[in-house]
Amino acid sequence: MFRFKFSKMNGILVPILSVVMGFILGAIIMMIFGYNPILGYKAMLDTAFQSPKSIGEIFVTAGPLIFTALGFSVASAAGFFNIGLPGQALAGWIASVWVGLAIGESVPKPIALTIVIVVGVLAGALAAAIPGILRAYNETSEVIVTIMMNYILLYVSTHLVNNVIPEQFISTKGTTKMVGANASLRTEFLSSISGGSRLNLGIFFALICLVLVWFLMKKTTLGYEITSVGLNPLASKYAGMNSNRIIVLSMVISGALAGMGGVVYGLGTFGNFFIQSSSLSIGFDGMAVSLLGGGTSIGILLSALLFSILKLGGQGMPLRAGVPTELVDVIIASIIFFVGISYLIKFILKKIEDKNKEKKVTQVSKVEGGKS
Amino acid sequence: MGADTMSTIASIITQTLVYSTPLVFTALGGTFSERGGVVNVGLEGIMVMGAFSSVVFNLTFASTFGVWTPWLALLVGGFVGMLLSVLHAVATINLRADHIISGTVINMLAPALAIFLVKVLYGKGQTDQVVETFGYWKVPGLSKIPFIGPLLFEKTSAPAFVAILFAIIAWFVIYKTRFGLRLRSVGENPQAADTLGINVYGMKYAGVLISGFLGGIGGAVFAQTISGRFAITTISGQGFISMAAMIFGKWNPLGAMGAALFFGFAQNLSIVGDSLPIISSIPKVYLESAPYALTIIVLVLFFGRSKGPKAIGKTYIKSK
Repeated sequence: MFRFKFSKMNGILVPILSVVMGFILGAIIMMIFGYNPILGYKAMLDTAFQSPKSIGEIFVTAGPLIFTALGFSVASAAGFFNIGLPGQALAGWIASVWVGLAIGESVPKPIALTIVIVVGVLAGALAAAIPGILRAYNETSEVIVTIMMNYILLYVSTHLVNNVIPEQFISTKGTTKMVGANASLRTEFLSSISGGSRLNLGIFFALICLVLVWFLMKKTTLGYEITSVGLNPLASKYAGMNSNRIIVLSMVISGALAGMGGVVYGLGTFGNFFIQSSSLSIGFDGMAVSLLGGGTSIGILLSALLFSILKLGGQGMPLRAGVPTELVDVIIASIIFFVGISYLIKFILKKIEDKNKEKKVTQVSKVEGGKS
Repeated sequence: MGADTMSTIASIITQTLVYSTPLVFTALGGTFSERGGVVNVGLEGIMVMGAFSSVVFNLTFASTFGVWTPWLALLVGGFVGMLLSVLHAVATINLRADHIISGTVINMLAPALAIFLVKVLYGKGQTDQVVETFGYWKVPGLSKIPFIGPLLFEKTSAPAFVAILFAIIAWFVIYKTRFGLRLRSVGENPQAADTLGINVYGMKYAGVLISGFLGGIGGAVFAQTISGRFAITTISGQGFISMAAMIFGKWNPLGAMGAALFFGFAQNLSIVGDSLPIISSIPKVYLESAPYALTIIVLVLFFGRSKGPKAIGKTYIKSK
C-alpha cells in the first residue's frame, strides 16, 4: 500500500525527476540524429570512470563548481540573483594567479597559500560588493549590474594580461607562466594517489566550505537574517534588521565564495591564467549546480559531482560514440529547465497522490459499505 | 572638408549602423516582452539560434535565392528565435518558472544546441563563410543629396534602415494601438487588465513571441553582416547589450533604438579605433568596457528606484 506522500518528498523528487527527464531528452535528441543513446551514455560513463586519473579529474572539476554554487545559493537565500558569478570567479582567478606568480617561489607554502587565497577571495568579494551596494542603497537591479560587470571584468582581465602584468610572468601572449610550487594547490601526494591527475587541495577546501556555509546559514544570526531578508525584506526591516547591511554582506559572501572558486580553478586546475573569450563556464555551471542542488550543501555536493561526471564523460562521447560533446550542455540546460518548471512536476505528483487517496477512500468506503 | 575626412566619417556612420542593427532589433524584441511583464534574459540565446539558423539557411539556399538569400534568412532566423521563445513563454506564463532562471536556461541551451547541430550538419565546429551577405547599399535618390547623401546614403547598410523603420512601427504599435495599450496594461497591472476582459496570458504570449522573432532577426542580421559564419563566439554579449539598450531607452522603442545606435557606435569604436586618430591612443579596454560601464552608471544616476513595467517578472496566476 502507498503510505508515503509524494508532495512531502518534493525536495528530493523534483531534482531526481529533472535529472531523469534531462537524460531522457538527451536520449531522444541522440535518436533523432541517428546516434545510439545507449552507446552514447555508455561512452560517457566509461570515459568518466576509465581510470584513477579520470576519477581524480571528477573531483578537480567539482571543486570550483561547489564554490560558485555555494556563492549562488547564499545570494539566492537573501533574494538576489547573482548572475555575476563568472566575473567574480574570473576576478579571483586572475588576482590569485598574479600574486601567486609574484610570491610562489620565495614564500613558504603555508603562508603563500594563505596570501593567494585571501587575495582571490577579496577580489571576488569586491566584484560582488559593487552590485550589492548599488542594490542596497540605490535599488539598482543586481541582475543587470552583475551581467554588465561580467563583461567589464572579462575585458579588464584581458587588458591586465596583455598590458599590465609584468613581462617576466608572461609565457606567451595572453597566457601567464605557471605559478611556483608554493602557491599551487596541487601536491605530489594527491597527484600520485590519483594516477597523475590534477587532483588538488581545492576539493577539500570545498568540502570544508560546504559545512561552513551550512553552519553559517542554519546556525548563526547572520544566516537567519539573510534568510529572513530573502523571504520578506519589509518584515525584516520592521523586526529591526539592517536590511541594507545584510544585502551587501550576502553579496560579499557570495562573491567571496565565487572568488574562491576562481582560486581553485586557477591554482588547482590550471596553475596559470589565460585570456578568456567569453564568460567563465564555472560561473554559469555553478548556478545550475546550485539550482539542481536546491541550495542545500548536500544537494550542491551531489549535483557538482553529477555535473563533473557529465562534463568529463561528455568529452569521450565524440570519439567513442560519435555524439558531439555539446549534447552534455543541452542535457544540463534541460535539467535546469525542468527544475525551473518544478511547479509542473509538483502538480503531477500531487495529481498522482490525490488519485491514490481517492482510490483508498473508495476502497475504504466499499469495505465499510460491506460491513453495514 | 577634405574628401578623406568625408569618407572616414561616412564609414564611421555606416559601421555604426551595421553594428547597431542587430541591437536595435533585439532591443525592440525585449521591449515587447517586458512591456507584457515577462523579463527576457534569454535574448542572448535567442540571438544565437537566430544567427545559427540564418547561416544554415544562407549556406543551403544561396544558389537558389541569390541576392535575396540574406533577407529570407532573416525571416528564418526570426521564426527559429520565436520557436525558442515559446519555451520561455510556456515556462514563465503557464508553469510559473522564475523568469531569470528560464531565460538563463535559454542562454545555456542555445549555444550548446547550435554547435551540436553544426557538428551534426557539417562535421566541424563552425560553419563556412556565407557567400550572400547584405553587403552595402546605395539608397536610390537620396544618395544624390549633396553632402548628406555621400555621408548617409552612398554606401550604407540596408537592414539598418529596416531596423529604424521597425522601431518607428514598434513605437506606434505600443503607444497608439489597442494591442499596445493592452500589452502595457498587462505589464503594469494584470489583475486590472483581467477584470476588463483582456486575455492576460494571450497578451503575455504575444509579447514573448514578438521578442523571440525580433531577437532571432537580430542574431540573423549580425551573422550575415558582421561575422559571415556561425561559431560559438559569433554572438558574444549582443543580447545582453540589447537588454541594456532597452533599459536605457526606458522601455520605449524609439529610446531603445537610440540607445542601440549609441552602443553600436561604442562597439564599432572599440573595433576600428586602432585606425582612427586620437581614439587609437585610448587603451582598448576602456572602449570595450564603455557600453557596459555606461549602462551601470546610467542605471545608478537616472533610474534608481524607478523600474520598468510594474508587474514585471511576476507570474500572473489567474484566480478562479
